[in-house]
Amino acid sequence: MIEVPSSTFMSAAPDWGWYIALYFFFGGLAGGCYFLAALIDLVGHPDDRPLARLGYYIAFPCVVISALLLTLDLGQPLRFWHMLVESNTYRPMFKPWSPMSVGSWALLIFGFFSLLSFIGALVEDNRLDWPAGRSIRRPGALSRLIAVIGGLFGFYVAGYTGVLLAVTNRPIWSDTPLLGLLFVVSAASISAALMILLARKTISTAPGLESLHRIDAWVVALELLVLIALMITLGPVFRAWLNVWGLLLLLVIIIGMLVPLALYFRRGWLGDRNTQTAAALVLLGGFILRVVIIFSAQSV
Amino acid sequence: MPEPMGFYTDTTVCIGCKACEVACKEWNQLPSTNGGRNTLSGDSYDNTRRLDGIHWRHVKFIEQFTEDRKDGRWLLMSDVCKHCVQAACLEVCPTGAIVRTEFDTVVIQSDACNGCRDCISACPFGVIEVNPASGTAQKCTLCYDRMQGGMEPACSKACPTQSIQFGTISQLRERAQKRVEQLHQAGEQRAYLYGADDKMLGGLNSFYLLVDKPEVYGLPPDPKMPTRNLASASWFSVLGAVLVGLVGLFNFRNRGARLREEGRQ
Repeated sequence: MIEVPSSTFMSAAPDWGWYIALYFFFGGLAGGCYFLAALIDLVGHPDDRPLARLGYYIAFPCVVISALLLTLDLGQPLRFWHMLVESNTYRPMFKPWSPMSVGSWALLIFGFFSLLSFIGALVEDNRLDWPAGRSIRRPGALSRLIAVIGGLFGFYVAGYTGVLLAVTNRPIWSDTPLLGLLFVVSAASISAALMILLARKTISTAPGLESLHRIDAWVVALELLVLIALMITLGPVFRAWLNVWGLLLLLVIIIGMLVPLALYFRRGWLGDRNTQTAAALVLLGGFILRVVIIFSAQSV
Repeated sequence: MPEPMGFYTDTTVCIGCKACEVACKEWNQLPSTNGGRNTLSGDSYDNTRRLDGIHWRHVKFIEQFTEDRKDGRWLLMSDVCKHCVQAACLEVCPTGAIVRTEFDTVVIQSDACNGCRDCISACPFGVIEVNPASGTAQKCTLCYDRMQGGMEPACSKACPTQSIQFGTISQLRERAQKRVEQLHQAGEQRAYLYGADDKMLGGLNSFYLLVDKPEVYGLPPDPKMPTRNLASASWFSVLGAVLVGLVGLFNFRNRGARLREEGRQ
């Protein structure tokens, strides 16, 4: 007699592997970094501009990598455009109730806005001498508009992947409504962490970095709470994590959340390396978290 | 517009001959596993193992025996796509490759599918998989090409015991209900229909007569649509965005205001 905790255990695994795990990571970084950069752009101090530009410099390449990973993962990569255009009729293909359909459009639109901000940052940094690009660099109404729209789509790209997993019939993924929330919060934590790691520490960026540290500490704490809530909402399906995946998840909680939190609050432990180490661990934890969520639900 | 068509599978008369599997493979020109070098599964007489991109019919062998094997029974069931009236695969497919036909069946258009595999995780029955030969998701079409030509699907045509019956859904439901009553009268009180009414995903256009719990046959007792989570998961994500936004806003705005204040002094 076969006893299963949920009807979801009768579905088949879609074989989403490393391409998708990496996409979830880079997509989260793209959306999160763009959002933080837009936030600095819109409400931050002019001294923090280098941090905002850093966010835009990270976001666009991460979108490009994301699109490549998604395309490579397809069984027929050359048909990637079927996500956007109906191949039989050449009409736009859009299903508002299908997260993958909406996500494809969101990625395209976010890619466009992150490219604009990327160019704006290059022009502002005098790395690109393009007169037409001056209209989209800071300060200016157009650059603000781009930051607002891009920031919103960035958040969508960071979080829709969790909603996409929830809108399936796989165990774990579809047994909780909190994966989207977890991915949004986690995107913010890994993005703040990457920006902390890549930011050049100067006198002018130091206070902005301090703000990023505080944000990261807050969102890592929030992420931990969301993960615990997610485990509770799984109910009897939680037993699908009573194996090596559960151990990895415990590792994520310890080295990717608790240790970084301790390092953020106990600045003296590793001296100068304190925040850098915390950020690196958050980044590592965020990646393993996505690996566990993707692979564990498919190994049931 | 033709009437909705489908399968009624009476598992009590299945003899496990796998004629349906062979007929399906032949008609649909599906490749063999591993180039014909298949290994034995060790799971009863089931070497097909599961439905996938190259097995659109799968005869399940369930052995219910006592430990000394003196007493027991076989449960045999030819599994196939359920052609759900509310089809999860069709609902999530982002390319529009999955369509509902004029016979109320669900078909994947291989030339439109790009192999994203969203439908695989959405199907509550684990029916769909990628056919390695095409790189696209594939499953039973209920022999759409044969039906267009006025013929019955290859599997039901080949079935020697009438375990798989093809016809209009209304006729099949009537016939199945009579068979359940007949079995009850004969003493088999466990007989019941799985998916024959509108309660399960709006009705399964391929439904079953079973004599044990659905999970014994590898069928979900309570299959659901994947979009049941769409609203709740989306709202929680928005909540996450608001929370992260507020954390970011307070930190950067406070700092901006503080610096402006310092600048003025």
